[in-house]
Amino acid sequence: MILTVLGFLLLTLLVIVTGAIVRTANLFAAVVLLSLFSLLMAANFFLLDAADVALTEAAVGAGISTVLMLAALALTAETEKTASRLKWVAAGTVTALTLVLLYATLSIPRMGDPSAPVHQHVAPWYLQNTPHLIDIPNVVSAILASFRGYDTLGEVFVVFTAGIGVLFMLGMRRFPAGKRRIPPPQTLGLKHHLVPRTVGTFILPFIILFGLYVQFHGEHGPGGGFQAGAIMAAAFILYALLEGERRALDIVPPRVLMLLLASGAFLYGAVGVMCMLLGGNFLDYNVLAADPVAGQHLGIMLVELGVGVSVTGVLLSIYHAFAKREPA
Amino acid sequence: MNVQLLIDTASWILLLSGSAFVFLGGLGLLRMPDLYTRMHAASLTDTLGSLFILLGIMLQMDWTSSLAKLVAVIGFLLVTNPTATYALANAALLAGEKPRTAPAPEKP
Repeated sequence: MILTVLGFLLLTLLVIVTGAIVRTANLFAAVVLLSLFSLLMAANFFLLDAADVALTEAAVGAGISTVLMLAALALTAETEKTASRLKWVAAGTVTALTLVLLYATLSIPRMGDPSAPVHQHVAPWYLQNTPHLIDIPNVVSAILASFRGYDTLGEVFVVFTAGIGVLFMLGMRRFPAGKRRIPPPQTLGLKHHLVPRTVGTFILPFIILFGLYVQFHGEHGPGGGFQAGAIMAAAFILYALLEGERRALDIVPPRVLMLLLASGAFLYGAVGVMCMLLGGNFLDYNVLAADPVAGQHLGIMLVELGVGVSVTGVLLSIYHAFAKREPA
Repeated sequence: MNVQLLIDTASWILLLSGSAFVFLGGLGLLRMPDLYTRMHAASLTDTLGSLFILLGIMLQMDWTSSLAKLVAVIGFLLVTNPTATYALANAALLAGEKPRTAPAPEKP
């Protein structure tokens, strides 16, 4: 009962926030509202017992993508170009689509209905067989990394492609080696702001520790490579904000970023090929160790590591690609 | 003396005062005249409100690892929220947002 009320409240807030996002002409306000949208969405997912998705939405939607959009906004104008008049074609399309979607909702099964198609298809099989085939408590991780390993491989390559796409368009800053001139004040980060800098350097190790926890505890609780990658990237972006681009790129130079970006996806694919060399199918982890279950554990851990490394590399590269274009 | 009753009472007091702070913070956010006073009101929600509510929840929990996680969450909130408020106020000041002050008193 109370959960239903909370759900309705969250969905109502979601509608209000969406309306505000569409209405506002100030793009900074829109970005902050989008972050709020993601946070509400994460709460919603959590209410539906989808803790893994909630964690992803909170880390990626409310966290990283807000920072990336703010970094992009720093390069463009603050306000939206206002359309002067109503566009009839667009309005007609949107209305028609809305009607179709409303009609489609009529045939959606009720929430939590056990006879809904989604609960009749493969989900019972996963729930039944995960304990003895893979033996990890978090079925979501088992599905993501093992049963549906091909899909996740595809996702990692989508992320990888997005990363190299941005890098092709924007490139990465290379500071001239050796020549240590005094950088302009904008690249100094928040050096003159003592409080955020002190607190930031204080919590940075904890953020990284939490990222590692989410990465390697993903088989037992909510978490995994995608979430951990976003958290790790957030830690390094925080460092870049506090200490300035130059120091951040000194720690993780573009070369290393490229390596991260590629090696994560490579690790994932290599695990698959390794399985084939050992006589199994592509991404069939059973053959990785003498015991099939141990093989599954090893395979899932390596694959999740690949996901985490790749996501960290891509998000950091995109951030630096935006940051370098800021007028210094 | 019933210990459970004592714990429940303390928990209720904490939860209610936390809710009161959250409510006051929201009220202040809507009613205060300028950015700085509004932020002052909002910081009430961030620190005291969440602190009291989390403490109230902790009193209702068993000795599990979740309790330790809540302690970590409280520590994190108490460190980051004031910092965020400070950074926001600082950024507003640097961006040229003027605090709304009462007009200077007339010279007699």
